[in-house]
Amino acid sequence: MKNPIDNLNKVFDSRIRLGVMSVLLVNEEINFNDLKDLLQLTDGNLASHLSHLEENGFIKVRKGFIGRKTNTTYSITKAGEKAFKDHLAGLENMIKGIK
Amino acid sequence: MRSKEESLDALQDIRKMMERSSRFISLSGWSGISAGICALLGAWFGYGVLARTGGESVSASSRTSQVGLSSMGEIQQLLLIGRLTFAAAAVSAFIFTYIRSKKNAIPMWGLTAKRLLINTMVPMIVGGLVILRMMQTGYYDLVGSCSLVFYGLALVNASKYTLNEIRYLGYAELALGLIDLWQRGYGLLFWALGFGVLHIIYGTMMWWKYERVQSK
Repeated sequence: MKNPIDNLNKVFDSRIRLGVMSVLLVNEEINFNDLKDLLQLTDGNLASHLSHLEENGFIKVRKGFIGRKTNTTYSITKAGEKAFKDHLAGLENMIKGIK
Repeated sequence: MRSKEESLDALQDIRKMMERSSRFISLSGWSGISAGICALLGAWFGYGVLARTGGESVSASSRTSQVGLSSMGEIQQLLLIGRLTFAAAAVSAFIFTYIRSKKNAIPMWGLTAKRLLINTMVPMIVGGLVILRMMQTGYYDLVGSCSLVFYGLALVNASKYTLNEIRYLGYAELALGLIDLWQRGYGLLFWALGFGVLHIIYGTMMWWKYERVQSK
């Protein structure tokens, strides 16, 4: 039998990155501040996790402006969606496997 | 190595974040109960006005163009009661939901609140305009049932953006409104049932289901 842990993605070990991906899976697009409120994080903390996800090609960043303020929005990529769903399946297998 | 508990925790986290980010879940059952009580009080005052001026004949008399000064005064009084009831219900509903969002440490004014508000306001504002026009053209006897119908549609629409159960409250309001469309002279009764009794029942059920455990 295939080892269920194979499916688990190291990138999603962090609860914060897991949270970001969950939010992006059900919301087409979300801006930095809304994400910050939802996850109850500080700017710096969230930014570092977001750039980690971006480097892995799991999320897309779009920088825009509302008036003079910057408005950065994030959305999930195809690769991100696949990786996250595989990770979910992996978690499911973990639970079933030990039953 | 990851344990079963960790995996379960992670899955629960995921579910929670998906729910939190897509639905406005701070809506308190107490909001429903308080709005219902306001509506019943409003209906009681309205009944007082009608009893003083001679029963529920507002519609009939205004339609047959026998609108005397007294019946205009009556309508004005009823409208004032309606507005005050709506304001009191909205304020009290806001307060209880604000308290709940504080308790759950979820910011009240966020993405989900905006979405919920927009999707509730569209049918409500359109309905409001339709009803306004009805009153301008003298169709007072349809005002009560139409406010129930539009409110029901607004709730059904809102259910995608908040607690899903509000959909059933919407269906119940729609059913009452439609029945009322074919009844005459029971406007106030249907109004009290729809905005009063149904809200109280819904609020109590939601409190029982979601808030009872936390408040222990």
